[in-house]
Amino acid sequence: MSDLRDLYQEVIFDHNRNPRNSRAMADASHRADGHNPLCGDQITVYLKVEGGVIEDVSFEAHGCAISTASASLMTQALKGKRIDEVEALFGDFHKMTTSETGASERLGKLAVLEGVREYPARVKCATLAWHTLLAALEHNHQTATTE
Amino acid sequence: MNTASEFISAHVASTFDVAQIRRDFPVLNQEVHGKPLVYLDNAATTQKPRAVIEAVDSFYRNDNANIHRGVHLLSERATRNYEDARKKVQRFINAADSKEIIFVRGATEAINLVAQSYGRSNLKTGDEILITEMEHHSNIVPWQMLCEQTGAILKVVPFNDWGELQMEEFHRLLNAKTRLVAVVQVSNSLGTINPVKQIIDAAHAQGTPVLVDGAQSVPHMAVDVQALDCDFFVLSGHKLFAPTGVGVLYGKAALLDAMPPYQGGGDMIRTVSFDKTQFNALPYKFEAGTPHIAGVIGLGAAIDYLDAIGMEAIAAYEHELLDYATAAAQQTPGLTLVGTAEEKASILAFLVDGIHAHDLGTILDHEGVAIRAGHHCTMPVMQHFGVAATARASFAFYNTYDDVDRLVAAIAKAKEMFGR
Repeated sequence: MSDLRDLYQEVIFDHNRNPRNSRAMADASHRADGHNPLCGDQITVYLKVEGGVIEDVSFEAHGCAISTASASLMTQALKGKRIDEVEALFGDFHKMTTSETGASERLGKLAVLEGVREYPARVKCATLAWHTLLAALEHNHQTATTE
Repeated sequence: MNTASEFISAHVASTFDVAQIRRDFPVLNQEVHGKPLVYLDNAATTQKPRAVIEAVDSFYRNDNANIHRGVHLLSERATRNYEDARKKVQRFINAADSKEIIFVRGATEAINLVAQSYGRSNLKTGDEILITEMEHHSNIVPWQMLCEQTGAILKVVPFNDWGELQMEEFHRLLNAKTRLVAVVQVSNSLGTINPVKQIIDAAHAQGTPVLVDGAQSVPHMAVDVQALDCDFFVLSGHKLFAPTGVGVLYGKAALLDAMPPYQGGGDMIRTVSFDKTQFNALPYKFEAGTPHIAGVIGLGAAIDYLDAIGMEAIAAYEHELLDYATAAAQQTPGLTLVGTAEEKASILAFLVDGIHAHDLGTILDHEGVAIRAGHHCTMPVMQHFGVAATARASFAFYNTYDDVDRLVAAIAKAKEMFGR
């Protein structure tokens, strides 16, 4: 039996209660909407990219603690990153939340979401923000979904 | 919880032996995450009594054969059992004739059958179909598809903030152009019991037929399609303690007779040549291909089981259980009930301040309590209340007052975890 505290760590409650970078961005260079059709969670991710570097990133979301905390932690992890690093970061995050490899070591604070792996029904909550981020970077104007 | 509830418990225990009933459901006797299972997701699907499991098992062990064709003993047995189940369904919903009972895959397929067969041959541009704001997606989308195909227009009766249909709006929207009314008898996401008799009478007064979606009503109350005088009635086997993949379309014989077939092939055919196919009589006209024979036999066994307990006794017990759960929910700070209609079946949908329904679902599961979290395939209902999702505890007659207490304790645990 997995411990529920592996999923709901204090850091996750903290980011759920006080999400970082939770705001609209008027002068975003990239934005995309995301939707999880299974639970109705909605998110918008905003990015300001200059010279291939993510200068600013924010989000607005209605979702569960896992999806809100994931979005909040994601925005913290992305600031100052080069765009070409993002895909690798998402790859590591996806691996951490879905398979047994030791990807979490490279993910810093994002590793608090490792517990999601034991809850297959909740993986989509944790990855919604990331799917939306990729859609924003690809200038994909269709709503990103977890499906 | 208090003396009043102890009194209710004692009262119900004297008339309804839930402990005995629980022994009939093998799946209930297990632990999840190290805690005894409390299964409160009955609106999604119900558990199966041993009698149903054994009927399916026995069919495959002893009688497995195709129906209506074989001249051998197994086929005769399979056919007899299959047709016996049809008679059981007929009696269960009090249809006038067993040929009015069509076996399909589920309530969804039954609605699609009516939309595509009755709807396409009877509706034209400008005609109106009247549904309600609380319909399950399966009683919305087939009509939207029919509207696309025929140019008909979908009209929607709203509900109020308690989750009761606004009947004055229904009467306003019902007009000479309304060619069909399709309405859910019990809402799966609000628990509301709708005044379907009143709706049917008003529709019939101007010659409009009515389809009643009984997927959530037949597990909880006695239904009499002749007393209701509905034109179509659909139900789903797996919500009625029977296997998945089987359901029923009831239709008045005159309507069904006049309708073209829905699918071609198998039992729906009398003679085929390349010039002309003659269709079989009711009910076979609508049962193309080899049906879910074991599922139908399982449905018959489920009905036998329910008949032995009695739907009136089930409804009375569930009503007291719902009253107990509602009172407990109302005493839980930060909990808001979604759907508080005067007339309700045993469904409790709710929100907890600061805790998303999905988080509640996961935490409750860890306490052994299985509920549903999400939009329950009724996204318009969620839009009405301005929420993305609700948590839903839906009860069956094998649930107990202790199950309700476990639910309440698990919600308290979730609030504690979330610091609420």
